[in-house]
Amino acid sequence: MQLTLWTYEGPPHVGAMRIATAMKGLHYVLHAPQGDTYADLLFTMIERRNVRPPVTYTTFQARDLGGDTAELFKNACFEAYERFKPEAMIVGASCTAELIQDDPGGLAQALALPIPVVPLELPSYQKKENWGASETFYRIVRALCPANSNPSNRNPKSCNILGPTALGFRHRDDLNEIRRLLERMGVTVNVVAPFDARPSDIARLGDAAFNVILYPEIAENAGRWLEKNCAQPMTSIVPIGIGATRDFIAEVGRLSGIDTAEILAEETSRLPWYSKSVDSTYLTGKRVFIFGDATHVLAAERMARTEFGFDVVGIGTYSREYARQVREAAARLGIEALITDDYLDVEARIAELHPELILGTQMERHIAKRLGLPCAVISAPVHVQDFPARYSPQMGFEGANIIFDTWVHPLMMGLEEHLIHMFRDDAEFHDGASSHLSHATKKAPMPDPVAELHPVAAVPLEAGWAPEAEKELKKIPFFVRGKAKRNTERYAHDLGLAMITIETLYDAKAHFSR
Amino acid sequence: MNLPFRVPASEPSAKGCVDQPILRERGQREVFCGLTGIVWLHRKIQNAFFLVVGSRTCAHLIQSAAGVMIFAEPRFATAIIDERDLAGLADIDDELDRVVNRLLDRRPDIEMLFLVGSCPSEVIKLDLKRAAQRLSKLHLPRVRVLNYSGSGIETTFTQGEDACLAALVADALPDTKPASLIVVGALSDVVEDQFNRIFAQMGVENVGFLPARHAGSMPAVGTETRYLLAQPFLNDTARALDELGAKHLPAPFPLGANGTTAWLKAAADYFGVSDERFALATEAGHKRAEKALAAHRETLTGKSIFFFPDSQLELPLARFLHEELGMQLVEVGTPYLHRQHLRQELERLPAGTVLSEGQDVDRQLDRCREAKPDLVVCGLGLANPLEAEGFSTKWSIELVFTPIQGYDQAGDLAGLFARPLNRQARLGGL
Repeated sequence: MQLTLWTYEGPPHVGAMRIATAMKGLHYVLHAPQGDTYADLLFTMIERRNVRPPVTYTTFQARDLGGDTAELFKNACFEAYERFKPEAMIVGASCTAELIQDDPGGLAQALALPIPVVPLELPSYQKKENWGASETFYRIVRALCPANSNPSNRNPKSCNILGPTALGFRHRDDLNEIRRLLERMGVTVNVVAPFDARPSDIARLGDAAFNVILYPEIAENAGRWLEKNCAQPMTSIVPIGIGATRDFIAEVGRLSGIDTAEILAEETSRLPWYSKSVDSTYLTGKRVFIFGDATHVLAAERMARTEFGFDVVGIGTYSREYARQVREAAARLGIEALITDDYLDVEARIAELHPELILGTQMERHIAKRLGLPCAVISAPVHVQDFPARYSPQMGFEGANIIFDTWVHPLMMGLEEHLIHMFRDDAEFHDGASSHLSHATKKAPMPDPVAELHPVAAVPLEAGWAPEAEKELKKIPFFVRGKAKRNTERYAHDLGLAMITIETLYDAKAHFSR
Repeated sequence: MNLPFRVPASEPSAKGCVDQPILRERGQREVFCGLTGIVWLHRKIQNAFFLVVGSRTCAHLIQSAAGVMIFAEPRFATAIIDERDLAGLADIDDELDRVVNRLLDRRPDIEMLFLVGSCPSEVIKLDLKRAAQRLSKLHLPRVRVLNYSGSGIETTFTQGEDACLAALVADALPDTKPASLIVVGALSDVVEDQFNRIFAQMGVENVGFLPARHAGSMPAVGTETRYLLAQPFLNDTARALDELGAKHLPAPFPLGANGTTAWLKAAADYFGVSDERFALATEAGHKRAEKALAAHRETLTGKSIFFFPDSQLELPLARFLHEELGMQLVEVGTPYLHRQHLRQELERLPAGTVLSEGQDVDRQLDRCREAKPDLVVCGLGLANPLEAEGFSTKWSIELVFTPIQGYDQAGDLAGLFARPLNRQARLGGL
């Protein structure tokens, strides 16, 4: 039994729904109790989809448990077929239905529907959403794509793009970006799946020469099956960041036999110049903590170091399936990776490391708010804000532009920081100065979601402030004072000092501005 | 603004929909389970914590529901059952003790803990009642531990509140006072305060609210207790109160000017408030409500409305919209229809209204498309798809989270229905 306040991933059948909802002409019949239909709102509200997910739920209740839930499932299955006339069906159980062991796969087979029916076994008490999505996609590919080991009549410059799903973090825009990139290179996209693919498209995956795996968490298993059964090699590089995009282009070049010199020469991203421009100097050595799904964490780690000049002080993921890769990345940095799906563990690690920037999920945003740290969102779990109206991929050269803005925004701009130092003694920079703005926006303090759980502050305050030191602290501009105060107290705590003097304040400043 | 308005002819004289056949359906139900009630109950009872004993799905549901609706501080959590628990490798009692200890250590402010049953905990027959009793012994007097089920196999959406309140009634202290009134059903604090002032003006004393704002101040119940239902979904709670000798004061629900007056009148009549004093206490509020409603008549009168089942508030809402705003009722769906509690609502509905209980969502969507109503009241899973088909929709869940009861919220309640229509008019060029 695990105490869970917030969860990073939903149950595995939600992963299956992400595949079904991404596809066309596929219907999912889910043996599930009343209430599990809540999952529809993820798609219609968070992603703002304008049609219902193609899912029929049996929504059984207590009174059905005494009767025949198996019959209920068969009826639901048959009626869904009659009403929606899908090309193929997937069937399975949610957590509660798993306990009553009705065998949806067997029941659906017994109906002998004139379409392929793919049974799913998604163990709800062991696995989670991404695993469910991966398993579902793999099962669909395995069931619908004929093994084809004769690659001779394939166009060597053709590929499939595998991985984008419904409710994916920027999947819609990543797909556009990478499809355009591939087409500019002269690669033909044979099938994109599961996004907008029909079961009949899955059947012709074998026509392509290789597979582009955008999200290993979702598509790597299917990719491996295709590698083995259709002799299709697959890409290993996820094109997030400038370096990774260049490597991805080179990898696609090798797989397709296309010369990539030209496409690499016309690289369009502003990130390299923006990062080199003097205004970005202040980014150097900023201490960042990274947490999210493995794909985005690994990409962010590389970008943070080599494209922003940050120091990565902490890294972790909730994707246990990819723990090894994240541990390896951490080992290269000489740190220990945090592999957990416990939000409280992540919060504790952040409080301990006290980074200058958090690259995380919507949940780390709440942690950051409580600790007063800047935060940018790099990964699912998704939020309505992760489906912006504007084009905002994470992948490819445009993705790198978006990421540059996203990460730099929460931080103070370089010139701005410089000016604050220059003018810190001016009257406008003192406490009352911002009142004309803050009065209008000041609201009653909201109860802090996490603070409630932690009656103890992140850094226990032991040292007291000497009056002169407190006076000196007040001279620091109000918008950086909180950080100065925290850093000083932390420094005093680490050294076991009982009293914070002016010297402690400046020693701490020297210590933290390494 | 103040259009002349005639109350429709189907007023109490006729029997309305009392004897009308009901369309009962048993297909896919597109509704929340009772766990969702935690989202508002934890806000209401300020020192209570709700621990769901369930699966990752339960945790995900509450998080998704809370995330879309409000961002609340988590005074709720899920103890996620894993395969070790199912395989009997872990002792469930020990596991639960460990989770509860971890929780209570972190939250010294908690005085009441609800163990909330879920579909998986019900199916594996986890005895949370016994667990709650055991944990209560361990943690009293600091923390009282109660239990109820919010599982989807037993409860639909607002029935979770019913189960929670029934657990509170079972735990209530006996009342020795001569006569008292309890208003039953979670109301927002602002509405509660308004009703309290009106009861005071009427001279009705010893008024309690269930649930109270604090775990330690739940009203006592005795044979002289009379109760008004503020919500239409409190079947089990009412039964638990009746078993303790309390008596229900039948009334319509306090929605709209008429509904609120009739609801207050039921209490006034029982406690012997004179007509004069009742008028003094309610007339100003009633007039304010009517004035606020008049502002929405231009938008709503004559418009047709279709209710998908959701919170069981559908019948009282339909009565209000028809009687006080002149809307046409196409179909009024509800997850359950409690005829006795809703009798006065049924009497006031126009004869011939299509009433449906339960759901087969695909068939109901067919009927809705066929009827082409001006406004559809439905859950979050259906709203955007229906908007995309050209319907105006009102998310039903907002009706549970917004203060809508009483005189001073009648205008806001009408506004919730008028807004989608106004919006449609404004965006006509898109």
